[in-house]
Amino acid sequence: MSRIGVFICYCGSNIAGTVDVEKVAEVARTLPNVVHAETNKYTCSDPGQAGVKAAIEKYNIDRVVMGTCSPRMHELTWRKLLADTPVNPYMLEVANLREQCSWVHKDKEVGTAKAIDLIKMAVAKVDKLSPLKSTQIPVTKRALVVGGGIAGMQAALDIADAGYQVTVVERETSLGGKMVMLDKTFPTMDCSACICTPKMSEVGSHPNITVKSYAEVESVEGYVGNFDVTIREKAKYIDYNLCTGCGACTTKCPTKVINNFEQGMSARPAIYKMFAQAVPAKPVIDAEHCRKIQENKCGACAKICPTGAIHYDDEDKVTTERYGAIVLTTGYQLIDWKPLYPEYGGGKYPDVITGLQFERLVNASGPTEGHILRPSDGKEPKNVVIIKCVGSRDPHKGVAYCSRACCMYGAKHAHQFLDKVPDGRCFVFYMDVRTPGKGYDEFYMNTLQDGAQYLRGRVSKIYKEGDRLVCLGEDTLTSAQIRIEADMVVLETAMVPAEGVDKLGSMLGVTRDKDLWLTEAHAKLRPVETNTAGVFLAGVAQGPKDIPDTVCQAGAAASKVIGLLNHDHLESNPQISRVNEALCQGDGACVNICPYHAITLVQKQFRENSQKITRTVASVNPGLCQGCGACTVTCRAGAMDLLGYTNESLMREVDALCQW
Amino acid sequence: MKIVDLTVIPADDRTAVAAIAAEAQVNFKDCYQCGKCSAGCPMVQGMDLMPREVIRYLQLGKVQEVLNSKTPWVCAQCGVCTARCPQNVDICATMRAVRHAAKDAGITPVREADVFEDEFIKNVRAHGRSNEQYLAMKYNLRSGHLMQDVDSAPAMFARGMIGIATHNIDSRDEVSALIDRVLQNNGAAKEAPKGGDAS
Repeated sequence: MSRIGVFICYCGSNIAGTVDVEKVAEVARTLPNVVHAETNKYTCSDPGQAGVKAAIEKYNIDRVVMGTCSPRMHELTWRKLLADTPVNPYMLEVANLREQCSWVHKDKEVGTAKAIDLIKMAVAKVDKLSPLKSTQIPVTKRALVVGGGIAGMQAALDIADAGYQVTVVERETSLGGKMVMLDKTFPTMDCSACICTPKMSEVGSHPNITVKSYAEVESVEGYVGNFDVTIREKAKYIDYNLCTGCGACTTKCPTKVINNFEQGMSARPAIYKMFAQAVPAKPVIDAEHCRKIQENKCGACAKICPTGAIHYDDEDKVTTERYGAIVLTTGYQLIDWKPLYPEYGGGKYPDVITGLQFERLVNASGPTEGHILRPSDGKEPKNVVIIKCVGSRDPHKGVAYCSRACCMYGAKHAHQFLDKVPDGRCFVFYMDVRTPGKGYDEFYMNTLQDGAQYLRGRVSKIYKEGDRLVCLGEDTLTSAQIRIEADMVVLETAMVPAEGVDKLGSMLGVTRDKDLWLTEAHAKLRPVETNTAGVFLAGVAQGPKDIPDTVCQAGAAASKVIGLLNHDHLESNPQISRVNEALCQGDGACVNICPYHAITLVQKQFRENSQKITRTVASVNPGLCQGCGACTVTCRAGAMDLLGYTNESLMREVDALCQW
Repeated sequence: MKIVDLTVIPADDRTAVAAIAAEAQVNFKDCYQCGKCSAGCPMVQGMDLMPREVIRYLQLGKVQEVLNSKTPWVCAQCGVCTARCPQNVDICATMRAVRHAAKDAGITPVREADVFEDEFIKNVRAHGRSNEQYLAMKYNLRSGHLMQDVDSAPAMFARGMIGIATHNIDSRDEVSALIDRVLQNNGAAKEAPKGGDAS
């Protein structure tokens, strides 16, 4: 026989105003197995809690119903209170008499009747609960950062500065991400490389940071505090211990490959460093284009290398290491506008370029050494048209969302062009100008003063006339169709998630939204956490944002990681799923529904009818299970039970509501 | 509906916009097209372009649209637009400057307004102040609206509000010189344009 104590709170007049608290207590005393029921003006106060403890001792209570405010508010308070008593902290049921009763009713009679029902249900449920114990999970005090752009570098530096080991995995051959491609950064116009490359070298030389470049995460096992991550470092064909980074090899390579870093506007050798300030400051061989590796011809680089660092037989290196926390900073790519916008030439006009190409054109270390020249004939353009929202805010052809940074970098491009080509004219087609940042609108206003002619409307078509590109648009402010013969057109294209992030997300149980951005655990209150404990996110991987916001978020994610790694152990939540192996059919429905990848199917031996048999049954990883309960409702056999919310206890609640 | 080609703004148009900007002491780039000027304008019913659109065409360098517009001639110069402009653009002065530029180009989209302005200045020069019965007579003769407001004349005459006396002031020459000076200043401003180039 259980001994249930019921404690009902007035919450000042919050509950008592609409609920006859004393009457509820009176009814509670008549319920099965209730040995004591009392009321209190403020149960959460110190004297209130002391009263509960005294009653538990006096009446030898072994489980408790708290008729108080929402469990969101005080469930943890009551658990802590019970931890000081002989009652197991999980032998507790909170009846929400405030948020879901007194606050939503005006009629005291109705409120009281509902409060009585809620208490009945809670008493029925608590009667069927069993004690639970949380276990301690050890924490591996190392963090993994996936992505070496500005978000990843900032997060890595913040975590490393706090004294923890960090590994940064970067898919490209150098750190830097998109930021290092940019020329200047709005609104202050400081040189992007000047503020980005010092961070790169800081990450590269930090004693607590290991950089794995040209590498990707292959698989992740485990759970918060203990992720076993397998990383594949692609073969670089160069022994970085021997290589001095002298660069002689890159000058001898006869192969020319399209240079992606320069957005396809120049060529690079097959043995190459991504850019001059790359970190690590050593080249790699692009095996796909290397004549030696493909055809066993050439070998010029190995001949010239003074330290013999080049090995054509190098292989991918796959390592598995354990990390306590993971930060995802996988960033973005620009939408492939060419198939989407045949009306803009679909890529057949070389002088219709993207914003990132413009960044390289205007950059002193870019293919034109900072001179703005048309890709087609190398002439300086005089009339430049900038089109914003290409792909963005275009649910039919592109994406529905606003890419957030384009209004500002569009204004920056106009400003830079008018600065470098003083006799040039710049037209900016826009739908809205969104400049909600510190100093942002002032920057836009200055761009207008520079002479940029903003035209409100989308461009409908771009076609070639002679060596010029005719843009047809509307200026809705004059209701006139606008025709401009431009020498060059810059498309400010939408940001979309980096390739492969979908796969990485499913590997980690991190959900993606409809546009495949990684989803935060709560849009407002848990912006850098994910639904998987121990996995955090920062930067554009979560959704389009600019550099200041990215750096902020990276710092926030780092502080969450530091908070986690600061613990030697984590308390596990014991309210997780349990498999009744006798009922389990091994059909795997739970495996498919589990958003945390916490359930696997295992082969297990059983004794049935004095025979040993092997059956497939589900097995729950207690570190991964977050207690969401999805498996319990999916299981056709009813073999899944959520501890603390068992099927039996929930059915008893329904019984109590309908029958008592 | 019209098509506006922005590929090249002719030098003449650029100069014309710059002259208007200089006379009105306005930088048209300051205007961000919020429309508050047009929202409060008491005269829009007689206008063919909103005051905002006048500024917009000047931003685009399309000066002909503005010179041929009725709007500056319908403008009552009340100054509400200028007083309320968040960007401190003197729309009222712009309307004045556009009117001058149009007249210089021989364009008077609202003939009555042109006649009235002409006759008003002549009238003040002649009498040293506004003499309403002579102004009304001259305006009616020149505008061709011969009988406009004539029906109120007997009653006004009976009450002594209008009469044959000219009521000239003594220092009529000084008033005339004052008018010359104002018109000259406008001319001087036009010759030394500053800022507000359209491109």
